[in-house]
Amino acid sequence: MSAREEVLGRIRAANAAAGHPAPPTVPRDYHREGTHPAGAPELLDLFRDRLVDYKATVLDAPADGVAEAVRTALADATGNVVVPPGLPDGWWPDGLAASRLTDDRLSPAELDTAAAVLTGCASACATTGTIALDGSPDQGRRAITLVPDVHVCVVRAEQVVQTVPEMLAALEPTRPITFVSGPSATSDIELERVEGVHGPRTLIVVLVA
Amino acid sequence: MTTFLGIPAPRGVGHLRGEHSFPDAARGALADSQLRRNLGHATRTIRGKRANVVGELDDWEQLRLAGSALKAATMARLDEHLERLEREVTARGGTVHWARDANEANAIVTRLVQETGASEVVKVKSMATQEIGLNEALEAAGIEAHETDLAELIVQLGGDLPSHILVPAIHRNRAEIREIFLREMPGVDPELTAEPRRLAMAARAHLRERFLRAKVAISGANFAVADTGTLLVVESEGNGRMCLTLPETLITVMGIEKIVPTWQDLEVFLQLLPRSSTGERMNPYTSAWTGVTPGDGPQAFHLVLLDNGRTAVLGDELGRSALHCIKCSACLNVCPVYERTGGHAYGSVYPGPIGAVLSPQLTGVEDNASLPYASSLCGACFDACPVRIDIPSLLVRLRAQHVDEQRKRRVPSAEAIAMAAASWVMSSPRRFAAAEKASRAGRLLGRRTGRIRTLPPPLSAWTASRDVPRPPAETFREWWARERGGAG
Repeated sequence: MSAREEVLGRIRAANAAAGHPAPPTVPRDYHREGTHPAGAPELLDLFRDRLVDYKATVLDAPADGVAEAVRTALADATGNVVVPPGLPDGWWPDGLAASRLTDDRLSPAELDTAAAVLTGCASACATTGTIALDGSPDQGRRAITLVPDVHVCVVRAEQVVQTVPEMLAALEPTRPITFVSGPSATSDIELERVEGVHGPRTLIVVLVA
Repeated sequence: MTTFLGIPAPRGVGHLRGEHSFPDAARGALADSQLRRNLGHATRTIRGKRANVVGELDDWEQLRLAGSALKAATMARLDEHLERLEREVTARGGTVHWARDANEANAIVTRLVQETGASEVVKVKSMATQEIGLNEALEAAGIEAHETDLAELIVQLGGDLPSHILVPAIHRNRAEIREIFLREMPGVDPELTAEPRRLAMAARAHLRERFLRAKVAISGANFAVADTGTLLVVESEGNGRMCLTLPETLITVMGIEKIVPTWQDLEVFLQLLPRSSTGERMNPYTSAWTGVTPGDGPQAFHLVLLDNGRTAVLGDELGRSALHCIKCSACLNVCPVYERTGGHAYGSVYPGPIGAVLSPQLTGVEDNASLPYASSLCGACFDACPVRIDIPSLLVRLRAQHVDEQRKRRVPSAEAIAMAAASWVMSSPRRFAAAEKASRAGRLLGRRTGRIRTLPPPLSAWTASRDVPRPPAETFREWWARERGGAG
């Protein structure tokens, strides 16, 4: 008998030995919906608070001021700033010291020499201060937001929902998804939180409202 | 009717059985004051953080009830969910393998690595691969496995064993970690201080090049979504993302109980897990992938579904709830026994209260017979468990199972003899008075510490797991007679 057949057979026999327990009904009376609609000012305040609590930097920008905020975020960057192939028009600031490097299957080593990466996001959750990336053209491959040391992420107000269930519902599960809550961190040494181990050590969120 | 053939995890492979019984192993830990200081500090810190973020949610109990029901519902249809997962992963370019036990899983992974031609792999922290002893199996085949989680790296470089599910190096303090790094990390800055930030940066530098050149990665999985074929790894440092994203081949070893039926179900567990484990609203990074995505991440993906005793646990109508565990480790951090003994005393990769019920069930209770007694039954673990596993009741049940097995052997236990003797003595006032007087002989023992650590057999069965206070100089009856002038 194949391992597959044997394991499945054991599971069926185990459920029989345990008296065929009936699957219970799952109570869903926890908060699935938030009390504020996506992008509400209260949510943006909460989102900012959570991001700062996890040592991310937040820059506020009006809809026509994304490039200005990105310029501030990348003021210290020298060398290359990686951008995904579908970076929206008008996000890249002119006259930056760093040069724009559009990802076209850059190798890990090439990404490692980049100063920063600039992307959008797919959804965000205010309660937990989480940004979700799903590989869409304005976010690019997973590797580009991982290897460079600075990640500048543009989040539009209407993408910010209140609860974890709302954020998950906004995503297509079969895309490659990365949830980011603050920059990389570890608590492995005496439970003391240290920001920045292997991922980007700096996360700058440009919040467009 | 007992036709069920649940087969426990095989002996002699992996890390589910300790060399010593819990009481023997704990004795050493209790005498190590450095270890107790490290553990006390760490568990106190994390208990406080967890209480804060759990307190922020006014629907925490509803989430726990949903989590518990979701797990029970999943187990009731586990075969169907696994078949669905296999179909979805396969349809999206992944390959699914099934492993009856640790040996089979190790053989599959070793073969898959060999087929890539790689002689080294990077690893994401994973309980399943610790459980089956994968690193040792790979080493025997000439493949070097590099742990990349900071705590696992500390454990691996220190030639040590993990002692906590979430923070495997919880037993080490910063000074000890600095010494390990200075000794074991090639090219480390000799000026390295014990500041946690400096130590973390040393690990970053040490692993960077390894990540960039790695061709094969091995991970576990926190969750697998049956109806989409999506796998998830929850982490903090980014080492997980490095392993899951940069190499060409990804091999994931997952216990069959890690499955959830739908994507929506994650909305419960992604709230319960981070708050219960690290005491954060959300862990810094979670990666979710489904099969293979052209142009993004590993282009070869293998999923190994592992039984290794899990179906044996599933066959017990009450004990099966131990499989609901999402490995958050909240029960460890609130356990008064764990806090004093640390994780090594449990002899298994699953320490603490959940380990005390899970390990004996995975191996068969006779192989981990002392673990169900490694608890004060105070109930703190049940209160902390995000999926409401009634650990104290399961411990009592396992003790009963163990006693039943002993009884089948027809040789009375030391405890049974001691209790029978006590009953005979206490049923007669004269005998009891005589015994009280005789107990004074015990004052010869434990004169220095006031505690008696070992009594002669058969009483040694009692002192194997607890110290006995030195008997008083005077019995209560003698005191009464003296104080009340014989009126009694």
